[in-house]
Amino acid sequence: MRSKSFLTSLYGPIITGVAVGILAPLLVHYGNPGNMGICVACFTRDLAGALGFHRAAAVQYIRPELIGMILGSMLAALLYKEFKPRSGSSPIIRFVLGAVAMIGALVFLGCPWRALLRLAGGDWNAIIGIVGLASGIFIGVQFLKSGFTLGRNRPSSKPVGLVMPVFAIGLLILLIFKLQFGKDASGNTLGPIFFSSTGPGSMAAPILLALAVGLIVGYLAQRTRFCTVGAIRDVMVTGDKRLLYGIIALLVAATGMNLLLGQFKPGFSGQPISQPEAMASYLGMLLSGLAFTLAGGCPGRQFFLSGEGDGDSAVFIMGMIAGAAISHNFNMAGSTAGPGPYSYAGIGIGLAICIILGFTMKNSNA
Amino acid sequence: MMIRASVDVRGLSCPQPVMKVKQAMLIDGVQLIEVLTDDETSRENIIRFAESRGWSVSLIEGEDQVSTLEITR
Repeated sequence: MRSKSFLTSLYGPIITGVAVGILAPLLVHYGNPGNMGICVACFTRDLAGALGFHRAAAVQYIRPELIGMILGSMLAALLYKEFKPRSGSSPIIRFVLGAVAMIGALVFLGCPWRALLRLAGGDWNAIIGIVGLASGIFIGVQFLKSGFTLGRNRPSSKPVGLVMPVFAIGLLILLIFKLQFGKDASGNTLGPIFFSSTGPGSMAAPILLALAVGLIVGYLAQRTRFCTVGAIRDVMVTGDKRLLYGIIALLVAATGMNLLLGQFKPGFSGQPISQPEAMASYLGMLLSGLAFTLAGGCPGRQFFLSGEGDGDSAVFIMGMIAGAAISHNFNMAGSTAGPGPYSYAGIGIGLAICIILGFTMKNSNA
Repeated sequence: MMIRASVDVRGLSCPQPVMKVKQAMLIDGVQLIEVLTDDETSRENIIRFAESRGWSVSLIEGEDQVSTLEITR
Protein backbone atom coordinates (compact mmCIF):
# COMPACT_ATOMS: atom_id res chain seq x y z
CA MET A 1 0.00 0.00 0.00
CA ARG A 2 1.40 3.37 -1.00
CA SER A 3 1.84 6.17 1.52
CA LYS A 4 -0.37 9.18 1.00
CA SER A 5 2.56 11.56 1.02
CA PHE A 6 6.34 11.62 1.14
CA LEU A 7 6.45 12.89 4.71
CA THR A 8 4.42 9.95 6.02
CA SER A 9 6.51 7.50 3.98
CA LEU A 10 9.61 5.56 4.98
CA TYR A 11 12.02 8.45 4.41
CA GLY A 12 9.89 11.26 5.82
CA PRO A 13 11.65 11.45 9.20
CA ILE A 14 14.91 12.18 7.40
CA ILE A 15 13.41 15.51 6.30
CA THR A 16 12.57 16.37 9.90
CA GLY A 17 16.01 15.24 11.07
CA VAL A 18 17.75 17.42 8.51
CA ALA A 19 15.51 20.38 9.36
CA VAL A 20 16.24 20.08 13.09
CA GLY A 21 19.91 19.50 12.36
CA ILE A 22 20.11 22.75 10.42
CA LEU A 23 17.78 24.90 12.50
CA ALA A 24 18.82 23.93 16.04
CA PRO A 25 22.49 24.95 15.68
CA LEU A 26 21.22 28.10 13.99
CA LEU A 27 19.22 28.95 17.10
CA VAL A 28 22.39 28.51 19.15
CA HIS A 29 24.23 30.79 16.74
CA TYR A 30 21.53 33.42 17.30
CA GLY A 31 21.48 33.24 21.05
CA ASN A 32 20.25 29.96 22.52
CA PRO A 33 22.50 28.31 25.13
CA GLY A 34 25.34 26.08 23.95
CA ASN A 35 24.27 22.87 22.21
CA MET A 36 20.70 23.75 23.14
CA GLY A 37 19.03 24.74 19.91
CA ILE A 38 16.14 22.54 20.93
CA CYS A 39 15.88 20.72 24.24
CA VAL A 40 12.34 19.80 25.13
CA ALA A 41 13.27 18.97 28.73
CA CYS A 42 15.40 22.06 29.37
CA PHE A 43 12.86 24.32 27.69
CA THR A 44 10.00 22.86 29.71
CA ARG A 45 12.10 23.43 32.83
CA ASP A 46 12.71 27.04 31.72
CA LEU A 47 8.96 27.37 31.26
CA ALA A 48 8.34 26.02 34.77
CA GLY A 49 10.76 28.64 36.02
CA ALA A 50 9.10 31.40 34.06
CA LEU A 51 5.80 30.46 35.66
CA GLY A 52 7.39 30.62 39.11
CA PHE A 53 7.02 26.91 39.82
CA HIS A 54 10.69 26.76 40.73
CA ARG A 55 12.95 29.61 41.74
CA ALA A 56 16.25 28.69 40.08
CA ALA A 57 16.98 32.17 38.81
CA ALA A 58 19.28 31.06 36.02
CA VAL A 59 16.67 29.02 34.18
CA GLN A 60 13.49 31.02 33.78
CA TYR A 61 12.16 31.82 30.31
CA ILE A 62 9.13 31.10 28.16
CA ARG A 63 10.72 29.28 25.22
CA PRO A 64 8.95 30.18 21.95
CA GLU A 65 10.21 26.94 20.40
CA LEU A 66 7.76 24.96 22.56
CA ILE A 67 4.90 27.25 21.55
CA GLY A 68 5.80 26.79 17.88
CA MET A 69 6.04 23.02 18.23
CA ILE A 70 2.51 22.76 19.61
CA LEU A 71 0.98 25.14 17.07
CA GLY A 72 2.99 23.81 14.10
CA SER A 73 1.87 20.30 14.91
CA MET A 74 -1.70 21.47 15.28
CA LEU A 75 -1.57 23.16 11.88
CA ALA A 76 -0.32 19.99 10.21
CA ALA A 77 -2.96 17.92 11.98
CA LEU A 78 -5.76 20.27 10.94
CA LEU A 79 -4.59 20.43 7.32
CA TYR A 80 -4.53 16.63 7.01
CA LYS A 81 -7.63 16.01 9.13
CA GLU A 82 -5.68 14.34 11.91
CA PHE A 83 -6.71 16.73 14.68
CA LYS A 84 -8.63 14.41 16.99
CA PRO A 85 -9.39 15.36 20.60
CA ARG A 86 -8.87 12.23 22.67
CA SER A 87 -8.13 11.25 26.22
CA GLY A 88 -8.66 8.62 28.89
CA SER A 89 -5.49 6.53 28.85
CA SER A 90 -4.47 6.56 32.51
CA PRO A 91 -3.76 10.31 32.57
CA ILE A 92 -2.58 10.50 36.18
CA ILE A 93 -0.02 7.79 35.47
CA ARG A 94 1.16 9.74 32.44
CA PHE A 95 1.51 12.80 34.68
CA VAL A 96 3.76 10.78 36.99
CA LEU A 97 5.76 9.40 34.07
CA GLY A 98 6.26 12.94 32.77
CA ALA A 99 7.54 14.07 36.14
CA VAL A 100 10.05 11.25 36.59
CA ALA A 101 11.18 11.46 32.97
CA MET A 102 11.99 15.11 33.57
CA ILE A 103 13.82 14.36 36.82
CA GLY A 104 16.04 11.90 34.96
CA ALA A 105 16.65 14.24 32.05
CA LEU A 106 17.61 17.13 34.31
CA VAL A 107 20.40 15.09 35.86
CA PHE A 108 21.93 14.43 32.44
CA LEU A 109 20.99 17.98 31.40
CA GLY A 110 19.05 17.14 28.29
CA CYS A 111 16.26 15.23 26.65
CA PRO A 112 17.05 12.79 23.79
CA TRP A 113 16.94 15.69 21.30
CA ARG A 114 19.61 17.55 23.21
CA ALA A 115 21.63 14.37 23.72
CA LEU A 116 21.90 14.14 19.94
CA LEU A 117 22.61 17.86 19.57
CA ARG A 118 25.28 17.78 22.28
CA LEU A 119 26.91 14.89 20.47
CA ALA A 120 26.74 16.90 17.25
CA GLY A 121 28.51 19.73 19.07
CA GLY A 122 31.37 17.49 20.14
CA ASP A 123 30.20 17.04 23.73
CA TRP A 124 31.33 13.47 24.29
CA ASN A 125 29.64 13.38 27.70
CA ALA A 126 26.45 12.84 25.71
CA ILE A 127 27.59 9.39 24.57
CA ILE A 128 27.01 7.76 27.96
CA GLY A 129 23.67 9.55 28.14
CA ILE A 130 22.57 8.00 24.86
CA VAL A 131 23.74 4.58 26.05
CA GLY A 132 21.63 5.13 29.18
CA LEU A 133 18.67 6.19 27.07
CA ALA A 134 18.89 3.01 24.99
CA SER A 135 19.14 0.97 28.20
CA GLY A 136 15.99 2.54 29.59
CA ILE A 137 14.15 2.02 26.32
CA PHE A 138 15.23 -1.63 26.34
CA ILE A 139 13.76 -2.10 29.82
CA GLY A 140 10.58 -0.35 28.73
CA VAL A 141 10.25 -2.65 25.74
CA GLN A 142 10.50 -5.68 28.01
CA PHE A 143 7.62 -4.34 30.09
CA LEU A 144 5.62 -3.70 26.92
CA LYS A 145 6.29 -7.25 25.73
CA SER A 146 5.02 -8.64 29.01
CA GLY A 147 1.71 -6.84 28.77
CA PHE A 148 2.26 -3.31 30.15
CA THR A 149 -0.41 -0.95 28.90
CA LEU A 150 -1.88 2.37 29.97
CA GLY A 151 -5.09 1.42 28.23
CA ARG A 152 -7.00 2.97 25.37
CA ASN A 153 -7.81 6.61 24.83
CA ARG A 154 -11.25 7.52 23.55
CA PRO A 155 -12.49 10.33 21.33
CA SER A 156 -13.28 13.35 23.49
CA SER A 157 -15.02 16.66 23.11
CA LYS A 158 -13.17 19.56 21.49
CA PRO A 159 -11.95 21.38 24.65
CA VAL A 160 -9.80 18.35 25.53
CA GLY A 161 -7.77 18.90 22.38
CA LEU A 162 -7.73 22.66 22.60
CA VAL A 163 -6.28 23.24 26.06
CA MET A 164 -2.66 22.89 24.94
CA PRO A 165 -2.92 25.13 21.86
CA VAL A 166 -4.76 27.78 23.88
CA PHE A 167 -2.16 27.43 26.67
CA ALA A 168 0.54 27.90 24.04
CA ILE A 169 -1.07 31.08 22.73
CA GLY A 170 -1.48 32.33 26.29
CA LEU A 171 2.21 31.75 26.92
CA LEU A 172 3.09 33.61 23.74
CA ILE A 173 1.10 36.62 24.94
CA LEU A 174 2.79 36.49 28.36
CA LEU A 175 6.17 36.28 26.65
CA ILE A 176 5.60 39.15 24.26
CA PHE A 177 4.13 41.47 26.85
CA LYS A 178 6.70 40.39 29.49
CA LEU A 179 4.12 40.42 32.22
CA GLN A 180 5.95 41.62 35.33
CA PHE A 181 5.14 43.24 38.65
CA GLY A 182 8.59 44.79 38.79
CA LYS A 183 12.19 44.01 39.70
CA ASP A 184 14.06 43.71 43.01
CA ALA A 185 17.30 45.41 43.98
CA SER A 186 19.51 42.88 42.13
CA GLY A 187 17.50 43.19 38.94
CA ASN A 188 15.64 39.88 39.30
CA THR A 189 12.06 39.91 38.06
CA LEU A 190 9.34 39.63 40.71
CA GLY A 191 6.80 37.69 38.72
CA PRO A 192 4.20 36.63 37.92
CA ILE A 193 6.31 35.68 34.93
CA PHE A 194 10.02 35.35 35.61
CA PHE A 195 12.79 36.10 33.13
CA SER A 196 16.37 35.13 33.95
CA SER A 197 18.84 37.98 33.79
CA THR A 198 21.83 35.62 33.86
CA GLY A 199 22.51 32.01 33.00
CA PRO A 200 20.92 29.81 30.34
CA GLY A 201 17.48 31.32 30.87
CA SER A 202 18.84 34.64 29.71
CA MET A 203 20.33 33.14 26.56
CA ALA A 204 17.78 33.01 23.82
CA ALA A 205 17.47 33.53 20.11
CA PRO A 206 15.06 36.26 19.00
CA ILE A 207 11.44 35.37 19.71
CA LEU A 208 10.30 35.38 16.07
CA LEU A 209 13.13 33.12 14.95
CA ALA A 210 12.61 30.65 17.80
CA LEU A 211 8.87 30.63 17.16
CA ALA A 212 9.36 30.08 13.42
CA VAL A 213 11.75 27.19 14.04
CA GLY A 214 9.27 25.66 16.47
CA LEU A 215 6.46 25.96 13.93
CA ILE A 216 8.51 24.33 11.16
CA VAL A 217 9.73 21.53 13.42
CA GLY A 218 6.25 20.99 14.84
CA TYR A 219 4.72 20.75 11.38
CA LEU A 220 7.35 18.38 9.99
CA ALA A 221 7.51 16.25 13.11
CA GLN A 222 3.74 15.76 13.17
CA ARG A 223 3.63 14.81 9.49
CA THR A 224 6.60 12.44 9.74
CA ARG A 225 5.64 11.01 13.19
CA PHE A 226 9.17 11.92 14.34
CA CYS A 227 10.14 10.46 17.72
CA THR A 228 13.66 10.11 19.14
CA VAL A 229 12.62 7.35 21.54
CA GLY A 230 10.60 5.50 18.92
CA ALA A 231 13.74 5.51 16.77
CA ILE A 232 15.51 3.18 19.20
CA ARG A 233 12.40 1.42 20.46
CA ASP A 234 11.12 0.35 17.04
CA VAL A 235 14.45 -1.24 16.12
CA MET A 236 14.17 -3.31 19.31
CA VAL A 237 10.51 -4.25 18.77
CA THR A 238 10.38 -5.02 15.04
CA GLY A 239 13.67 -3.97 13.46
CA ASP A 240 11.88 -1.01 11.84
CA LYS A 241 14.44 1.70 11.07
CA ARG A 242 12.15 4.43 9.73
CA LEU A 243 12.53 6.72 12.76
CA LEU A 244 16.17 5.73 13.27
CA TYR A 245 17.00 7.19 9.85
CA GLY A 246 15.49 10.41 11.14
CA ILE A 247 17.76 10.74 14.15
CA ILE A 248 20.81 9.74 12.14
CA ALA A 249 19.91 12.50 9.68
CA LEU A 250 19.58 14.90 12.62
CA LEU A 251 23.02 13.95 13.92
CA VAL A 252 24.72 14.29 10.54
CA ALA A 253 23.04 17.58 9.65
CA ALA A 254 23.65 19.12 13.07
CA THR A 255 27.31 18.10 13.08
CA GLY A 256 27.77 19.64 9.65
CA MET A 257 25.99 22.81 10.71
CA ASN A 258 28.06 23.11 13.88
CA LEU A 259 31.27 22.71 11.88
CA LEU A 260 30.07 25.41 9.51
CA LEU A 261 29.22 27.78 12.36
CA GLY A 262 32.34 27.07 14.40
CA GLN A 263 30.25 25.48 17.14
CA PHE A 264 31.87 22.04 17.05
CA LYS A 265 34.16 21.72 20.08
CA PRO A 266 35.10 18.07 20.68
CA GLY A 267 35.95 16.91 24.17
CA PHE A 268 34.71 16.01 27.64
CA SER A 269 35.56 19.13 29.60
CA GLY A 270 34.43 22.68 29.28
CA GLN A 271 31.25 21.66 27.51
CA PRO A 272 28.29 24.05 27.76
CA ILE A 273 25.56 23.03 30.23
CA SER A 274 26.92 19.51 30.39
CA GLN A 275 26.88 17.25 33.45
CA PRO A 276 30.25 15.47 33.55
CA GLU A 277 29.69 12.44 35.83
CA ALA A 278 29.13 9.38 33.64
CA MET A 279 27.13 7.29 36.12
CA ALA A 280 24.71 10.12 36.81
CA SER A 281 24.19 10.77 33.09
CA TYR A 282 23.73 7.07 32.40
CA LEU A 283 21.18 6.51 35.15
CA GLY A 284 19.37 9.79 34.54
CA MET A 285 18.82 8.99 30.90
CA LEU A 286 17.98 5.38 31.72
CA LEU A 287 15.14 6.67 33.88
CA SER A 288 14.05 9.07 31.15
CA GLY A 289 14.23 6.43 28.43
CA LEU A 290 12.16 4.03 30.50
CA ALA A 291 9.53 6.62 31.36
CA PHE A 292 9.25 7.91 27.78
CA THR A 293 8.90 4.36 26.48
CA LEU A 294 6.14 3.55 28.96
CA ALA A 295 4.39 6.78 27.97
CA GLY A 296 4.57 6.04 24.24
CA GLY A 297 7.10 8.57 23.03
CA CYS A 298 9.86 11.12 23.55
CA PRO A 299 9.03 14.53 25.01
CA GLY A 300 9.03 16.11 21.56
CA ARG A 301 6.50 13.54 20.40
CA GLN A 302 4.34 14.30 23.43
CA PHE A 303 4.29 17.96 22.39
CA PHE A 304 3.39 17.07 18.79
CA LEU A 305 0.65 14.68 19.96
CA SER A 306 -0.76 17.39 22.20
CA GLY A 307 -0.97 19.61 19.11
CA GLU A 308 -3.01 16.84 17.46
CA GLY A 309 -5.50 17.03 20.31
CA ASP A 310 -4.16 14.25 22.53
CA GLY A 311 -5.19 15.21 26.06
CA ASP A 312 -3.12 12.42 27.60
CA SER A 313 0.08 13.82 26.09
CA ALA A 314 -0.95 17.23 27.39
CA VAL A 315 -1.13 15.72 30.86
CA PHE A 316 2.31 14.17 30.38
CA ILE A 317 3.64 17.64 29.59
CA MET A 318 2.03 19.04 32.73
CA GLY A 319 3.79 16.23 34.58
CA MET A 320 7.07 17.32 32.99
CA ILE A 321 6.50 20.87 34.26
CA ALA A 322 5.82 19.53 37.76
CA GLY A 323 8.88 17.29 37.52
CA ALA A 324 11.06 20.25 36.59
CA ALA A 325 9.78 22.14 39.60
CA ILE A 326 10.40 19.15 41.87
CA SER A 327 13.85 18.62 40.40
CA HIS A 328 15.02 22.15 41.11
CA ASN A 329 13.19 22.66 44.40
CA PHE A 330 14.59 19.41 45.77
CA ASN A 331 18.10 19.96 44.39
CA MET A 332 17.89 16.95 42.11
CA ALA A 333 19.15 18.70 39.00
CA GLY A 334 22.63 18.22 37.65
CA SER A 335 25.00 21.01 36.65
CA THR A 336 28.39 21.47 35.03
CA ALA A 337 29.84 20.67 38.46
CA GLY A 338 28.21 17.24 38.55
CA PRO A 339 25.02 15.69 39.92
CA GLY A 340 23.02 17.58 42.52
CA PRO A 341 22.87 16.54 46.19
CA TYR A 342 19.62 14.63 45.60
CA SER A 343 20.06 13.59 41.96
CA TYR A 344 20.62 9.93 42.79
CA ALA A 345 17.76 9.95 45.29
CA GLY A 346 15.46 11.38 42.64
CA ILE A 347 16.60 8.84 40.07
CA GLY A 348 16.18 6.02 42.58
CA ILE A 349 12.63 7.02 43.44
CA GLY A 350 11.80 7.55 39.78
CA LEU A 351 13.12 4.14 38.79
CA ALA A 352 11.21 2.47 41.60
CA ILE A 353 8.01 4.15 40.41
CA CYS A 354 8.58 3.10 36.79
CA ILE A 355 9.34 -0.49 37.76
CA ILE A 356 6.23 -0.72 39.92
CA LEU A 357 4.16 0.75 37.08
CA GLY A 358 5.84 -1.58 34.61
CA PHE A 359 4.64 -4.61 36.56
CA THR A 360 1.23 -3.37 37.63
CA MET A 361 -0.23 -1.43 34.69
CA LYS A 362 -1.77 -4.23 32.67
CA ASN A 363 -5.00 -4.79 30.81
CA SER A 364 -6.31 -1.38 31.80
CA ASN A 365 -9.69 -1.11 30.02
CA ALA A 366 -8.10 -2.90 27.04
CA MET B 1 -11.36 -23.08 6.44
CA MET B 2 -9.51 -19.80 6.78
CA ILE B 3 -8.24 -19.08 10.28
CA ARG B 4 -8.96 -15.47 11.09
CA ALA B 5 -7.88 -13.35 14.01
CA SER B 6 -9.32 -10.08 15.20
CA VAL B 7 -7.26 -7.32 16.78
CA ASP B 8 -8.56 -4.04 18.16
CA VAL B 9 -5.85 -1.41 18.46
CA ARG B 10 -8.07 1.65 18.78
CA GLY B 11 -6.77 4.21 21.23
CA LEU B 12 -3.52 2.40 22.02
CA SER B 13 -0.15 4.18 22.33
CA CYS B 14 2.92 3.27 20.30
CA PRO B 15 4.16 0.59 19.95
CA GLN B 16 1.21 -1.48 21.15
CA PRO B 17 -0.71 -1.56 17.84
CA VAL B 18 2.20 -3.15 15.97
CA MET B 19 2.98 -5.45 18.90
CA LYS B 20 -0.58 -6.77 18.98
CA VAL B 21 -0.51 -7.47 15.25
CA LYS B 22 2.87 -9.15 15.68
CA GLN B 23 1.36 -11.41 18.37
CA ALA B 24 -1.61 -12.26 16.15
CA MET B 25 0.73 -13.33 13.36
CA LEU B 26 2.11 -15.99 15.68
CA ILE B 27 -1.26 -17.72 16.09
CA ASP B 28 -0.90 -21.24 14.70
CA GLY B 29 -2.08 -21.35 11.10
CA VAL B 30 -3.56 -17.85 11.03
CA GLN B 31 -4.10 -16.52 7.51
CA LEU B 32 -6.20 -13.40 7.91
CA ILE B 33 -6.01 -10.73 10.59
CA GLU B 34 -8.63 -8.02 10.89
CA VAL B 35 -7.26 -4.95 12.64
CA LEU B 36 -9.59 -2.26 13.91
CA THR B 37 -7.80 1.12 14.05
CA ASP B 38 -8.74 4.75 14.66
CA ASP B 39 -5.39 6.45 14.11
CA GLU B 40 -3.48 7.20 10.93
CA THR B 41 -0.04 6.72 12.52
CA SER B 42 -1.06 3.26 13.79
CA ARG B 43 -2.31 2.36 10.33
CA GLU B 44 0.95 3.47 8.70
CA ASN B 45 3.04 1.50 11.20
CA ILE B 46 0.92 -1.66 10.89
CA ILE B 47 0.94 -1.53 7.09
CA ARG B 48 4.71 -1.06 7.00
CA PHE B 49 5.22 -3.87 9.52
CA ALA B 50 2.89 -6.34 7.79
CA GLU B 51 4.39 -5.71 4.37
CA SER B 52 7.91 -6.05 5.77
CA ARG B 53 6.89 -9.56 6.88
CA GLY B 54 5.53 -10.38 3.43
CA TRP B 55 1.83 -10.08 4.23
CA SER B 56 -0.60 -8.11 2.05
CA VAL B 57 -2.78 -5.38 3.41
CA SER B 58 -6.05 -3.88 2.30
CA LEU B 59 -7.85 -1.00 3.93
CA ILE B 60 -11.57 -0.85 4.55
CA GLU B 61 -12.63 2.68 5.44
CA GLY B 62 -15.19 2.95 8.20
CA GLU B 63 -16.94 5.77 10.02
CA ASP B 64 -15.53 8.42 12.34
CA GLN B 65 -11.89 7.79 11.40
CA VAL B 66 -12.21 4.12 12.38
CA SER B 67 -11.12 1.68 9.69
CA THR B 68 -10.24 -1.96 9.35
CA LEU B 69 -6.99 -3.27 7.95
CA GLU B 70 -7.27 -6.74 6.45
CA ILE B 71 -3.90 -8.42 6.60
CA THR B 72 -3.44 -11.68 4.72
CA ARG B 73 -0.46 -13.99 4.68
